[in-house]
Amino acid sequence: MWIGLFSDIHANREALEATLAHARRAGISHFVFLGDYVGYGADPAFAINTVMREVEAGAVALRGNHDAAIAVGTGGMNSVAAEALDWTRPRLDSSQREFLAGLPMTFEDGPRLFVHASANDPEHWEYITSIESASRSFLATDAQATFCGHVHVPQLYHLSSTGKIAGFQPVQSVEIPLLPQRRWLAVLGAVGQPRDHNPAACYGALDTERNALTYVRVPYDNETTARKIRQAGLPELLSRRLIEGT
Amino acid sequence: MERGHEPGEAIDGFRLVEQLPSGGMASIWRVSRDGADMPMLMKLPLLRPGEDPVTIIGYEVEQMVLPRLSGPHVPRFIAAGGFERPYVVMEFVDGPSLKSLLEKTPLPPDEVARIGAKIAFALHDIHRQHVIHLDLKPSNVILRGENAVLIDFGLSRHDQLPDLIQEDAGGPVGTGAYIAPEQVLGDRGDPRSDLFALGVILYFLATGKRPFGEPQHADSWRWRLWWDPPPPRALNPSVPPWLQEIILRCLEVDPEARYATAAQLAFDLQHPDQVNLTRRAARLRREGICTTAWRWMRRPRNRPTQQRRALTRYLADAPIVLAAVDFEAGHESVNEALAQAVRRVLATEPNARLACINVLKIARLTLDKLEDSEGRNPHLGRLAELKHWARAIPVAPGHVTYHVMESTDPARQLIDYARHNRVDHIVIGASGGSRLRRRLGSVSAHVVADAPCTVTVVRSSGGETSSGEREHT
Repeated sequence: MWIGLFSDIHANREALEATLAHARRAGISHFVFLGDYVGYGADPAFAINTVMREVEAGAVALRGNHDAAIAVGTGGMNSVAAEALDWTRPRLDSSQREFLAGLPMTFEDGPRLFVHASANDPEHWEYITSIESASRSFLATDAQATFCGHVHVPQLYHLSSTGKIAGFQPVQSVEIPLLPQRRWLAVLGAVGQPRDHNPAACYGALDTERNALTYVRVPYDNETTARKIRQAGLPELLSRRLIEGT
Repeated sequence: MERGHEPGEAIDGFRLVEQLPSGGMASIWRVSRDGADMPMLMKLPLLRPGEDPVTIIGYEVEQMVLPRLSGPHVPRFIAAGGFERPYVVMEFVDGPSLKSLLEKTPLPPDEVARIGAKIAFALHDIHRQHVIHLDLKPSNVILRGENAVLIDFGLSRHDQLPDLIQEDAGGPVGTGAYIAPEQVLGDRGDPRSDLFALGVILYFLATGKRPFGEPQHADSWRWRLWWDPPPPRALNPSVPPWLQEIILRCLEVDPEARYATAAQLAFDLQHPDQVNLTRRAARLRREGICTTAWRWMRRPRNRPTQQRRALTRYLADAPIVLAAVDFEAGHESVNEALAQAVRRVLATEPNARLACINVLKIARLTLDKLEDSEGRNPHLGRLAELKHWARAIPVAPGHVTYHVMESTDPARQLIDYARHNRVDHIVIGASGGSRLRRRLGSVSAHVVADAPCTVTVVRSSGGETSSGEREHT
């Protein structure tokens, strides 16, 4: 079975449409959404409605920190993120807010764990950007493979049977076998706001039979998305970074 | 996997037939399976407590890399076990190991070159598939028919996958006699490390001695950063200068000074008469104490910090370019355009090698005269014309070769040559637009249709059917 892994959509309609269409063309019919459907972008209602529809059709959706902040407030967030969420909140109806509030933090599927930020205290929203933060996540779970987002930069950590952890920058479209003798922590890139200097949307394609993961990049109409962000009066930075992929 | 295995035992549908000798990192068995269309072997890693972790990591690497490789120079991957029962099943490669030839060394130079070219082609093939072997040695080379087959990818690196060895090993990993200087410094990303190991093999085959002995401890591997081995001709005077040139170029400490690609090394091994001889070819003794001291002081101490090039870039930056030149009447203007096109190709690829080729069309293979009416070899005149044509192309002496051949079918000859020498790019003049030419069939059209690589067809701008260059890949 192939599973499409979508993280950090961030109210980016064009990226979501392009990646979903790409995945469907590739024959992917199962999806796990790893959170952060809203925030930063100008199409939060569209993003939530799309994910709600996929969940009705059997997909799994998890909660991200931006989704949680719709209900609990933006404490601890930077000013740009907080401003975008304050812009978002009144644009959601009650069913959309309820959907976000009811999302689970984690999903376990046999040897696999899915979570927005880290297996280590998921509601603490720790960023996995180093061997140290990766090791805390490895220690917090027995899962052979953990899949998360939150960082917006694709990275793949692996823990050998000898206890050594290393990070690897995945090459797009190259299938990586998640070998059974070691444990893996896949930080997926962002669908809606890539920050690895590559503006193309990123999603993961997981082949559960062969236990192999591919990081897929999909160029999309980011100029339209950037324009919508400017027209919505959201901070200019949020528009510019979609063009540069930063 | 602590207990032993018995013949007849079945593992996931594979029946153990016979245990084969192994290096101790794994137990290796011939296995059979119903309906299998090739001989197979199974490697079972030895997972004993206290075992060197490189054992299990190497098993993982092989499990990751082998399924990505294909072609005649690698064993075919068949299956791998899971967490509970780790194993890898692959094609059993039948043939003598290169190790079995070592007792017959020193071998004659043409034999050394023939074997060396086979191994170089095998290396080029895996490099093109993003893999550096990093543990090339005679026991990992099997000679099967016309091909060398590389085995044991346990220390290898796939350019686009995590490098499990780098992450797990505390220091350099390899085999003391063959490891390249940059590997000693911890660099596992340079395909030219495999060319160094092949240089050690060639040295051994040509002289009967290993250039750096067989140091077991990683500490003594550093010697090769400044200590140069005796030139092969000092050990075996029958080693010709061209072979010494090739061997010592492979053994250069700085990878930049070695051949740029395995294909370029194979090219020299296949054309001994065209090897560009330098000071390396003439040396008869080791460098003096002053030079050695100088090398010691200037030795590299850390692995290079510059941005690592992708493996495909190493190959793309150093293509073999074939310029097919025709001196029949009517080709003057297209030959000018051809030189211009070749200049452009070489300008962007500084490590390229250029092979200038002229094929003389003959009526029949055996009955044509090899001399003209004045008793001269017609090839000499053509060779001079070819060199004259190439004089306007700025290319370093060691980077260009000239070949005049004869064939009843020039297009087929060019295609075969390109395939045999792993040519990356053919630049050829269009056959002109005359009615006669069209009726006879065009060499360039045939080359475009059947060549194994990119072909650029050049027309002269003033030609009858001028359309500039066209590129076909």
